[in-house]
Amino acid sequence: METTSRAFVANAREGLQDADLQRSLARFQGGFQVKRVEAAKRLPEFEALRDQARAIKDHTLAHLDHYLERFEEQVTAAGGSVHWCQTPADARRVILSLCQDAGARTVTKSKSMIAEEMELNPFLEEHGIEPVETDLGEYVVQLADERPSHIIAPAVHKTKDQVADLFHEKHTPLGRTRRLDRVEELVEEAREVLRPRYLAADAGITGANFLIAETGSSAVVTNEGNADLTQILPRVHIVIATLEKVVPTLEDATTIMRVLARSATGQEFSTYTTVSTGPRRPGDADGPDAYHVVLLDNGRSRMLGSEFRDVLRCIKCGACMNHCPVYGTVGGHAYGWVYPGPVGAVLTPNLIGLEEARHLPNASSFCGRCEEVCPMRIPLPGLMRKLREQEFARRLSPAAVRNGIGAWAWLVRRPALYRLATGVGMRVLGILGRRRGRFTRLPLAGGWTAARDLPAPEGATFHALWRKGRRA
Amino acid sequence: MSGTGGREAILGSIRRSLGRGPLDETARAALDEKLAKPAPNIVPARTDISQDERIALFTSMAESVFATVERVSGAHAVPGAVADYLAGQNLPPSLVMAPDPALDDYPWADRPMLAIRRGAAEEADRVGVTGALMGFAETGTLMMASGPDHPSTLNFLPETHVVVLPAERIGGAYEEGWAKLRADGEGATGAGFMPRTVNLVTGPSRTADIEQTITLGAHGPRRLHIVIVDGDAP
Repeated sequence: METTSRAFVANAREGLQDADLQRSLARFQGGFQVKRVEAAKRLPEFEALRDQARAIKDHTLAHLDHYLERFEEQVTAAGGSVHWCQTPADARRVILSLCQDAGARTVTKSKSMIAEEMELNPFLEEHGIEPVETDLGEYVVQLADERPSHIIAPAVHKTKDQVADLFHEKHTPLGRTRRLDRVEELVEEAREVLRPRYLAADAGITGANFLIAETGSSAVVTNEGNADLTQILPRVHIVIATLEKVVPTLEDATTIMRVLARSATGQEFSTYTTVSTGPRRPGDADGPDAYHVVLLDNGRSRMLGSEFRDVLRCIKCGACMNHCPVYGTVGGHAYGWVYPGPVGAVLTPNLIGLEEARHLPNASSFCGRCEEVCPMRIPLPGLMRKLREQEFARRLSPAAVRNGIGAWAWLVRRPALYRLATGVGMRVLGILGRRRGRFTRLPLAGGWTAARDLPAPEGATFHALWRKGRRA
Repeated sequence: MSGTGGREAILGSIRRSLGRGPLDETARAALDEKLAKPAPNIVPARTDISQDERIALFTSMAESVFATVERVSGAHAVPGAVADYLAGQNLPPSLVMAPDPALDDYPWADRPMLAIRRGAAEEADRVGVTGALMGFAETGTLMMASGPDHPSTLNFLPETHVVVLPAERIGGAYEEGWAKLRADGEGATGAGFMPRTVNLVTGPSRTADIEQTITLGAHGPRRLHIVIVDGDAP
């Protein structure tokens, strides 16, 4: 996918000024946060399940080659095939040829972030195949010719009125000329417009939440049932997944499922969890004739050997972005690539390069909520800090920043000098700011004072107060 | 295209990252042993209760996600329960039913107004009736497995899905479902015991993609009605 991660700062500013986006963001985070807490409270084993889920993925990653080989054996035994693809370009070519072999003109798709990574839709369109997104949010984003702004709620940046305008514009040629204003009507219209597309599709492409080595199955989780209509109606079912989706057994997948929906939407369980194994069997009245799994690496096998291995435990629940104050302020598009929020801040630099995405690990206050809510206990702030260290070591940040950090480092390693300098500084600022109690402009603090005042110090440093025993 | 080049390159890259070559025979055998004898991990204690309590928990969990649940006594009560439900929803008494022999044991002829077709669902079908392999009290979830007796389209195409579930098929946790599939597979391992499609269904289809407003009937059924059958069920 094209990236605008380099422009994060400008993107973020744009997001801050977008009134519709700010309204959408204000609504969504609160709801998800409360529901997650309540769901966790209802399950006394929740924290223990998180530990176990982490252990399952760590074990799998340490034996990833073996479990992928076993997975492939079972897919083959069930009459399906696995296609190993190192790059998005490889995967696109495989998918295109599978579609062409099936004589496909339209393909239905259930939401997949991997498809975004490989820019699958424009590629299929270039080759005369029409991809139809079926997840409601993803359908909205496709109609608007945009990108998802959240990994489980792709159209979270859009208000109901924006969706109403969009449907009115895009569905009018289909004879649906009335502008709708209730959410139920919009959902109903999408259902009616998409139903014939499901029935006409020649191939269906779904993502996978899990690949199960024991049985060669893929498992996909939705609330709408769109992944099901996508895979049981067409002649060909194509599953796209990255390497780290594999788990050993059905029981292991089940353990992770128990933390997935609760962390994502606060549901006890998603409406539909579907485990698919091979093509339809003799005697079956429906189901696809062919089953293919396109396994994409795109940098994961390399990350496995890096200090960022932990992020490969990610199950794409979205909890980190539901709880991130930065995401909640600037929205998902600001991050400029497939994965927004804290997990995106770690994944994106690893997948497209720190040069492209160096702003993202800096877009964090390190408040730690992402790590606190991550069901797989990925130490996201720690991983972002490692990326910041790399950014500094590789001299990717501007000279002013590097020199500033260098000067700071020089100073803080000399405690006596540090105390003297800060003590004098605070006293001077305290005197200068005594009258108004705040600064509207201050040299070297322009970034801060551009958007808000800087409170004036009261004349003593924290160190000095601490020594005096004022530890309140 | 998807030739062995990609496969070997990816496996090689994984092994380089793990700092080792292919696993030796002993290590592989140990991992395969675990795959051959899958064991449950932590199972929530909430379903560690009596069968009556499980049925009650199943019911309240299913209702909390907008399914409707009715409990009837005896197989003879099922056709009436289905017919009355459809009438209550202002739905026509016409339905497509899974060709599941277990459903033959309900006296459908007692309700001659019900027009029943057996087979997979088609575009025009408005009501689908199926059985289910199991229900899980843990979250009010149904497990349905595809096969000649249960086409998967019945679970998704019709806007109303009625599931007839003998009370004794209600279990506790999802793991019991995997154990049942393995047992039904009569010793088959790996992919051998898995049906093409296993659906775990918890309530009717829904979406919250527009302003987080929960709306039922996104693509799958708008209504999921579960008839729990006590007593002389088949």
